[in-house]
Amino acid sequence: MSLAIDSPAGPPLSPPLDPGRRAARDLARGLCYLGPNLGGFLVFTALPVLAVFWVAFTEGTYAPVRDGGGLLGLDARFVGLANFTLMLGDRDLARCLWNTVFLMLSIPLGMACSLGLALLLHRGAHAKVVLRTLLFLPTVAAGIALYCVWRQLYNQDAGLLNQTLAAVGLVAPGQGPDWLGSALLAKPALLLMLVWIGMGGTNMVLYLAGLQDVDPSLYEAAAIDGAGPWDTFRFVTWPALRPTTFFILTTNLIGGVQIFDQVLIMTGGGPEGSTSTILHYIYRNLYEYQGKIGYAAALSVLLFGIVFAVTLVNWRLQRGAREA
Amino acid sequence: MSVGREGSARRRALVTGALALVALSTVVPFVWALSMSLKPEEDVSRPGFVPRSVEERAVVDGADVRVRVLRTLPDGRLRVKVDEPGARRIVDIPGPVRRLERVDVRWENYPEAWSAYPFLSFGRAYVNSLVVALLVTLGQVVTSALAAYAFARLRFPGRDALFLAYLGTMMVPGAVTMIPTFVLLKGLPGFLDGLLGTTWFSRDFALGGTLVGVDSYFALIAPRCFSAYGTFMLRQYFLGIPRELEEAAVLDGCGSLGVLRHVVLPLSKPALATLGIFTFMWAWGDFFWPLIVTRTDAIKTLPLLLQTFQGQYGARWNLLMAASIMGLLPMLAIFLLGQRHFIEGIKLGAVKG
Repeated sequence: MSLAIDSPAGPPLSPPLDPGRRAARDLARGLCYLGPNLGGFLVFTALPVLAVFWVAFTEGTYAPVRDGGGLLGLDARFVGLANFTLMLGDRDLARCLWNTVFLMLSIPLGMACSLGLALLLHRGAHAKVVLRTLLFLPTVAAGIALYCVWRQLYNQDAGLLNQTLAAVGLVAPGQGPDWLGSALLAKPALLLMLVWIGMGGTNMVLYLAGLQDVDPSLYEAAAIDGAGPWDTFRFVTWPALRPTTFFILTTNLIGGVQIFDQVLIMTGGGPEGSTSTILHYIYRNLYEYQGKIGYAAALSVLLFGIVFAVTLVNWRLQRGAREA
Repeated sequence: MSVGREGSARRRALVTGALALVALSTVVPFVWALSMSLKPEEDVSRPGFVPRSVEERAVVDGADVRVRVLRTLPDGRLRVKVDEPGARRIVDIPGPVRRLERVDVRWENYPEAWSAYPFLSFGRAYVNSLVVALLVTLGQVVTSALAAYAFARLRFPGRDALFLAYLGTMMVPGAVTMIPTFVLLKGLPGFLDGLLGTTWFSRDFALGGTLVGVDSYFALIAPRCFSAYGTFMLRQYFLGIPRELEEAAVLDGCGSLGVLRHVVLPLSKPALATLGIFTFMWAWGDFFWPLIVTRTDAIKTLPLLLQTFQGQYGARWNLLMAASIMGLLPMLAIFLLGQRHFIEGIKLGAVKG
C-alpha cells in the first residue's frame, strides 16, 4: 500500500482551483451521488410530511380513485384547527389510543421474553443453532398469512388453543372462550400473539450478541465479591445491556404505534371496537366514514407527534443513563 | 471436580429442555396449519393433526355399501341414506353401522386454493410480489449506497446538515406520509399529461391499473425505493473501510465512482447483503400501502390476495390454511437456506447511533 503512495510515478496533480470554484465543483459532485436518493426523499418524504400538515387543516372528501374533479381529485377546503378540536371530544379516538397502548405492552413483555431466552441460550444448551432457528421462525413468517393461521387458532370451536385446553381438561369440549369474539379477551389474545411472534426474533439475537460482548472480568469480579445470580444480573448484566435495550426500545416503539395488519385480518377492530388501533382508526376514516381525509391526516399528525415525543423521552433517558 | 461437571451437564440439559419447550410452541402453529391444509373439509373441526376421513358402512339387502345415518327410528332401527353411485336411496335397516376411519391426505386442496379466487391466481400474486420486492430492494440498495458514499467520503458544503436531516426522517412513521403520497400519485398522471401535452399517462396500463398514478406498479414500487435507514447504515459501514485502500485506488487513476465500484462496494458485501435481505423481507410482507394504493386485482401482491382469500373462504379452513401455507413458504424457505446470514445481518444492521 505504502508502495503506491510513495511511488513517484503517480498521475499528475490537477492544477489548484480557487476556493469558490472548488466548492461549486464539490457540491455538484456531491449532489450527483445524492441525487437519486435526495430526489426520492424530497418527493416521497419531505413533500408528504409538509403536505400532511396542509391536508390536516382541510376538510375534504376522498373521491373514488379514477374520478377526477377538484384539486388533485380532492375536494378540499380550509377549516383551520377544526380537525384538531374534533379530536378532543372523540371517544372513538380515545378508545383507539388506549387499545394501541395496551397492544404496545407487547414490547416490554416481548423484550423480557427475548432477554430470558437469550440468557438461557447464552448459558449453554445443546443444539443451539437448531433452537435459535426454530425460535426465529415466527419473526420470519410474520405477515398476513401468519395472522390468518392465528385467527383460526383462536377459533372458539375448532381452534388449536381451545382444543388443547379441552384436551388437558381446562375447559369442556366446545365450551372454550371465544378469544377474538369477546371484547374482554380480544386484546390480550392479540397481545399474546405479538409476544409469541417477537420473543425469539431480532430482539433475542441482539440481546445474545450483547451478552457475548459483556466483559468477562466483570463476572469474575462479581463472583469474587460473592454476588449471587440475581445480583450478578442486576449489577453486571443488565447495565451492560443498556445500550442494546435502548436500541430495541427505540426501533420497536415506532413499529408499535403503527400496529394495523394483525387487527385488520384477525378482528377487524372489533368486537365493539375493542381492538381498533390508531392506524386502524385512520384507515376507517379514509374508507368508511365517507372518506374523511382531512381528519385522517390530522390523526397522522397526532401519530407523528406521539412517535416524536416517545423517541425524545427515550433518547433523553438514554443520555441521562450514559451520564450517570 | 467431577461433581461440578455433572452439575453443569445437568444444568445444560435443563436449559436445553426449557428452550425446547418454547421452541415447540413456536413450531406447533405451523405444523397445525399444515395439517389443516391437508384435511378433508369435514375433518377440519376434529381435534388431531392427522388428516382423516370417516366412512360409515352397513349391509343393506345383502350388499356391503357406504351409508350415512340420518336418524334412529323409535323402534330402534336406523334410517340411513345409501351413498353409492347410481343407488342413492333412503332405507331403514336394523343395523349395525360400522365406522371406518382412514388417513386421508388431500393434496388437492393446494391446486384448488391456488386458483380459487378467479381474478387473481397465486401465480400472478407471487410474480407481482416478487417483482415489486426485487425492484424496491434494488432501488434502495443502489440509491442508499450512492448517498452513503457521498455522506461518508465526499466533501461538499452542507453535507453534515443534510445528513442530520436524513437522520431526522428515520423517525417519521410510514403512516404519516401515506395520505399525501396517495394524493400526490392520484394527481400525477393528469399533471404529466398537462405538462407534456399527452393523454397516455391517464389511460389504463396494459399490465393492469394505470402507468404512474394510484393503482399502478409504479405506486407500489417508486415511493419505497428510498431509505434513510439504509443510507445511515451503509454510511456507518463505509466509514469503517480503511482510507488507504481508497487513496491507493485514486493514485491508480480511479475517479470517485471507480473507488466506489472497485474498492468500497466489494468490501461492503456483508452490509449490502444485510440491507438487501431485510428490505426484501419488508417489501415482500408489506400490507398497508398496497392495501390503500391498489384496486385492480391483476396488480395485487400476495398479502392482499391472502386478505381477500380470508374474506371469501374464511369458512373453508382447509383451503384458507393451504393458501396461508403457500403465503408462508417462500420466506420460510429463504430463511432456512440462509439462516446464518439472517442472524449475522441483524447484528450488523443494528447500528447504535
